[in-house]
Amino acid sequence: MYACLYAPGNLAVLLECAQYFSPHIEQTTADTVVLRIDGLGPLFGSPDQLATAIANRIGIPANIAIATEPDTAIHAARGINGVTVIPPGSEAKVLATLPLSLLGSTPETAQILDAWGIHTFGQLAALPPLGIAARLGEEGTYLRELARGESSRQLRPIEEPLQFEDTLELDYPVDLLEPLAFLLARLINDLCQRLSSRALAANEIRLCLFLEDRTQHEAILKLPVPMRDPPAFLKLLQLELDARPPQSPVVKIRMALEPVKPRTQQQNIFLPSAPEPERLEITLARLMNLLGAENVGSPRLRDTHRPDSFQIDRFSTLKKSPDQSVPPPRLILRRYRPLKHAQVILSNQHPVQVSSQRIHGKVLTSVGPWRTSGEWWMPEPWDRDEWDIALTDGALYRIHEDRRTGRWFLEGNYD
Amino acid sequence: MTAAAALREHVRSALIHRFDVDFTLHQKPAAEMVSTGFDALDSLTGGIPRTGMTEIYGPPSSGRMSLLVSLLAQATSRQECCALIDASGAFDPAGAESAGVHLPNLLWVRCGGNAEHALKAADLLIQAGGFGLIAMDLADLDLRDAQRISLASWFRLRHAAEKMRSSFVVIGREVNAKSCSNLQIALHPRQTHWTGKLFDGFTAQAQSAKTSRSTDVRLSVRPR
Repeated sequence: MYACLYAPGNLAVLLECAQYFSPHIEQTTADTVVLRIDGLGPLFGSPDQLATAIANRIGIPANIAIATEPDTAIHAARGINGVTVIPPGSEAKVLATLPLSLLGSTPETAQILDAWGIHTFGQLAALPPLGIAARLGEEGTYLRELARGESSRQLRPIEEPLQFEDTLELDYPVDLLEPLAFLLARLINDLCQRLSSRALAANEIRLCLFLEDRTQHEAILKLPVPMRDPPAFLKLLQLELDARPPQSPVVKIRMALEPVKPRTQQQNIFLPSAPEPERLEITLARLMNLLGAENVGSPRLRDTHRPDSFQIDRFSTLKKSPDQSVPPPRLILRRYRPLKHAQVILSNQHPVQVSSQRIHGKVLTSVGPWRTSGEWWMPEPWDRDEWDIALTDGALYRIHEDRRTGRWFLEGNYD
Repeated sequence: MTAAAALREHVRSALIHRFDVDFTLHQKPAAEMVSTGFDALDSLTGGIPRTGMTEIYGPPSSGRMSLLVSLLAQATSRQECCALIDASGAFDPAGAESAGVHLPNLLWVRCGGNAEHALKAADLLIQAGGFGLIAMDLADLDLRDAQRISLASWFRLRHAAEKMRSSFVVIGREVNAKSCSNLQIALHPRQTHWTGKLFDGFTAQAQSAKTSRSTDVRLSVRPR
């Protein structure tokens, strides 16, 4: 059974009233709302009593119709004032007097029916089905079914926007992270269960802690891959709160998960396995807590000729290396960071002795200088003469002279 | 035939009809090896163990970092995820990329010269699993700091690497893990090559510490 509420210009009232009676609601048009009323008998009694209850609840003049099919209820509510309850089997009889304009047919069909002298539901319902099908096709057959109250369809319920957010108000302020973790676990478990029931995952966790000193402590964790793992979420939040604890006891917790479709990945049996994203996230969070976020990640070279210029990106296992052959091994420089200042003695414009905090020795062989410079238009240009040297300690180094300041630096050793 | 062998044969013949097993000692399967990128070194040691611990040690300018970068290049070319625990932050990304390392597949962890942090990072990364190669660079650490790492820690790391099927490679100035490592490669600089006014590279001697066999490895700044 379905009930239709019709009140032009009062959509909000109609929706509020419909939501009071049923969770299955269709907003058909801006003035029509249909709700499913199966199972409401034990609560409100017969369909007549239910219609009266709806009329009392709605509180404004509205047409209300109850029928076995949604389209029948819609037509009755639009065409008959007041409350109409259509018993099963008498749909055609009740709808017979309604004008055809309520059917919503195409202008061409409406014109043909008007030319035939068909103006009401009852006249259309009385026409032979084969004749209608032969002359008006599929639309004609459908309109005849509507006019007889025989059409059947499923309700198209309103889909509320998905929100995975929960709030927990505490009786007493919590000032330690350990008891707070229990409360967070409760929220996370509930939210993950809701995600699971809709086959979704989350790619962002937003935590807002309301503190006793009337300030807020916010933490936003962006996940590189969609996840739905409560222990992993809890560990990530714990690590975040360990690194950045709230400055005052917590009186209220609000947590929200950003829902996304879960990742679908077909594993290739010919490729090596990569770290599991959930475990990797926790490991990276632990490493960042230990060493700082700037010291953990994938290096990426900057688009510049400046020596030793790179940035650290977040490490992800989703980037696959292109299939290419490996070049022959080559000599690599171990860099000293930050650059070590060195004192260099020159003879015939060649370094003959180098001493710094790190090394000290006579130069056995030196080649250079190799001059490089660039970014003269920037606040910090570089302009240097590089030398490769072999020292008496048996090691090979690269040193350079900053031509702007005249200072020498130990850049690294070949290893 | 000794008495023990005779007794063993007697038990075997008595039980052979009931149990379809042969009375032989369990043979440990040969370790899977992966290439180092250096043909001479591969023919010396067969590569490095696919699962387990390898220690590479030698003085400065003996080719330790170049060998490590070559291992990383080989691993990333196999589309494996790699991690480098850089105790002193000496890794050169530009040089590594030119040597064939696919940098997005490399997790670089800089420990600011703290051996304890490096050890903890290694523990976390090995336990995380899924990394094909995990390297730890202790070469610039103070010798006393590196030697302060207990044998129990090294053994735990090796055991975890074997369990997680990762290759764990450590480079340093001296041998630290001792018997805990599956393979030890000692490197010694032999000859520096200068071509006119160009530094061309050097030759290092690589020695397998367990077999005492050695070979020469040529490292060039601009390989042909």
